[in-house]
Amino acid sequence: MIPAAFEYYRASSVDEALALMQQHGEDAKVLAGGHSLVPAMKLRLATPEKLIDIGGISGLQGIQDRGDHIAIGALTTHWQLESSDLVQQKASALSQAAGAIGDVQVRNRGTIGGALAHADPAADYPGAILALNATLVIRGSGGERTVAASGFFTGLWETAVQDGELLTEIRIPTDAANANSCYLKFPQPASRYPYVGCAVAMTTSGGTCSDVRVGFSGVGESAFRDSGVENAMRGQAVSEASAKFAGDQATNGRSVLSDWSVSEEYRRAMAKVFAKRALLQVGR
Amino acid sequence: MQVTMTVNGASFTSDVESRTLLVQHLRDNLNLTGTHVGCDTSSCGACTIVVNGEAVKSCTLLAVQCNGAEITTIEGLASNNALHPIQEGFREKHGLQCGFCTPGMIMASWQLLERNPNPSDGEIRHALEGNFCRCTGYDNIVKAVQWAAQNS
Repeated sequence: MIPAAFEYYRASSVDEALALMQQHGEDAKVLAGGHSLVPAMKLRLATPEKLIDIGGISGLQGIQDRGDHIAIGALTTHWQLESSDLVQQKASALSQAAGAIGDVQVRNRGTIGGALAHADPAADYPGAILALNATLVIRGSGGERTVAASGFFTGLWETAVQDGELLTEIRIPTDAANANSCYLKFPQPASRYPYVGCAVAMTTSGGTCSDVRVGFSGVGESAFRDSGVENAMRGQAVSEASAKFAGDQATNGRSVLSDWSVSEEYRRAMAKVFAKRALLQVGR
Repeated sequence: MQVTMTVNGASFTSDVESRTLLVQHLRDNLNLTGTHVGCDTSSCGACTIVVNGEAVKSCTLLAVQCNGAEITTIEGLASNNALHPIQEGFREKHGLQCGFCTPGMIMASWQLLERNPNPSDGEIRHALEGNFCRCTGYDNIVKAVQWAAQNS
């Protein structure tokens, strides 16, 4: 399978990428690692007339400790996040989500910025980004703006990134909850996409949950924070029973995806089970 | 578009259409047909090669994305007529039957042993999740990688 023909442009800086995006407008798509876009182009699900390759922009790579947050360049690969000691310690849910994507070869090449901007409803990162209370840095020709993770995923394959803008950095607060976080995934055995992905970040004090954030991937049309689970867990002693009660609130009042392999009912039931397991994992 | 890449130690400059996949470029333009196309959807791993030290699926990369890259394919592993220990391991432990997945299996195993020279059985299976074999049932592949780990 070969993509439809396109014109190829290579940007060597963010400014150059933004200028190319402005010049080519809607005809152009941005290429990062290419592990969502190239498969879509091979299937002719995407037929951009122009591709702007940002993969060589060195300023968008790497993981930095900035004290109150970790800054992750948009081109940082899943493997780099999976294997980073800093991310494992300060934002374990993110390194676990990265390590749960696809396979080794895909993780070597796919990027966090590309995955987030693509916003596949079955992507792993979005639930983790929500539970970790991340901030997304977006640059456009008018300058830089930041968007909270809670406002980033706006619908099916839709994000807060507007035409002419580029997601450049992901910031993860280095708070106690993020250092005590996890991402649990129930993958489709062939595709490895999650039926359910559940991320939890929790602070505990003497065995009681003082605060908790719960994010789901793969369950709804876009990733979401589940306040029903959070409210049921906050202030409770963490036990099998309290985690089950809180987990059972998962997806209540929300529409849940159904597809050829998993019914809505089953996915909803598994969301509750994985929420309970994730709560217990970080609550112990 | 003109692309230059170093493949198995030799530099190649070619004119390619921007939509040319890396695996097509290697097979059709550079005549390196050891890298196979299996599923063509980044699932099966038959097209695995090493780009700048990292195993990747060459059916999911454009050749133009690899301008300036250092590439190793299965043809580049043996040196001085001596098989690489991973290749020896696959022969020694009967890690293949039809052989179609073998180049990709070996390149993915190369990546594993680069990062983890003494992997456990479970770590080998996890590292080869992106490579499908429809003959061996995988047990002999795991033994082949263990053999290579012990003999490199």
